[in-house]
Amino acid sequence: MSRKPYIREMSKTNWFFSQPRYMRYMAREVTCIFILAYTILLIFALKNLADGPEAYAGFLQALNSPLGILFNLAALVGAVYHSTSWFNVTPQAMPIQRGEEFLPGNVIVGAHYGGWALISLIVLFLGV
Amino acid sequence: MSERQIQLEVLRYNPETDSAPRFQTYEVPCLNEWVVLDALNYVKDHLDPTVSYRWSCHMAVCGSCGMMVNGEPKLACKAFIHEYGDQIRVEPLANFPIERDLVTVVDDFIGKLASVKPYLIPKEDKPVSAGEYKQSPAELKTFKQYTLCINCMLCYAACPQYGLVPDFIGPAAISLAHRYNQDSRDGGREQRQEVIASHDGVWECSFVGACSEVCPKHVDPASALQQVKVASTIDWYKEHLMPWMKK
Ligand code: SF4
Ligand code: FES
Repeated sequence: MSRKPYIREMSKTNWFFSQPRYMRYMAREVTCIFILAYTILLIFALKNLADGPEAYAGFLQALNSPLGILFNLAALVGAVYHSTSWFNVTPQAMPIQRGEEFLPGNVIVGAHYGGWALISLIVLFLGV
Repeated sequence: MSERQIQLEVLRYNPETDSAPRFQTYEVPCLNEWVVLDALNYVKDHLDPTVSYRWSCHMAVCGSCGMMVNGEPKLACKAFIHEYGDQIRVEPLANFPIERDLVTVVDDFIGKLASVKPYLIPKEDKPVSAGEYKQSPAELKTFKQYTLCINCMLCYAACPQYGLVPDFIGPAAISLAHRYNQDSRDGGREQRQEVIASHDGVWECSFVGACSEVCPKHVDPASALQQVKVASTIDWYKEHLMPWMKK
């Protein structure tokens, strides 16, 4: 009997549209662009700061424009989605075993949220 | 027991006569407590004896009845009819070549499984008279979940990385390697690392997590792969930044 296995090719370009779970994965990956964009913005802020008070005031004014606010909002949403989707999978990558039992996953996830809140508070107080 | 008429669409492929697979629909009178495998068995027994598919245990332990049910990798013996509408579409497991009908070619997976040495490699050989290799319940718990794998390959069918990069060793094989690496009686980690920490190993994984979502035995292969990444990264730092730490 002859064999002739049939191979179903997977689309190299739009496979991630084929299933909601692939789309969720792509959303997690793609939102890192916002983190990159915000990092570039921060570097830009540093440059303006180095250029003197006038340049920095101009930069702040640009941030206050509708476009600037829109960008900040979009970056916030993107960064929150990106970070939380990673927080939520940390128990899989870093399980902690105490004696026989494993620490419940939500303790590990919760610690990440706690750390996030703490750092945010410190940054907030540094700002005032 | 209520009876229900369903339309079972089966992807058919006969390598001797067909150039491509095609769907064939069967009208199957199903009992509501049936699983998809029962419907297939009904087709084989009463409607069309030429339909080919694999199964054995009918109780989700042998791992041979994996197939796509409405596009989702499932064990046909664990996919209950009452969870589906009146139309059910079954196809061979995605990402594997089709041998015939619902039967896939699994040689690739079997080869990868063997390549990770999924067996105990004792740290030092002891004569039988020296007694058993002891292990505490806590040490067992460290890897127990990874022993539950039934090699059904649903995780490979769910994994887009395996679909895109067929050389990827993949979820179940790496999880099994991790299972033995985590075993307190085992000393074979270095041998397995050569395979699973290589380019085709764990670094092909981008943590889509689909494997863990479809695994019928709650093995959570994605967790094993991430843990292998963490451990391999620590190895790298030890080797390059703290060479004196090397055993
Ligand atoms: S890890 Fe789960 S889905 Fe993958 S082969 Fe094992 S039992 Fe099947
Ligand atoms: S027939 Fe054995 S797992 Fe389904």
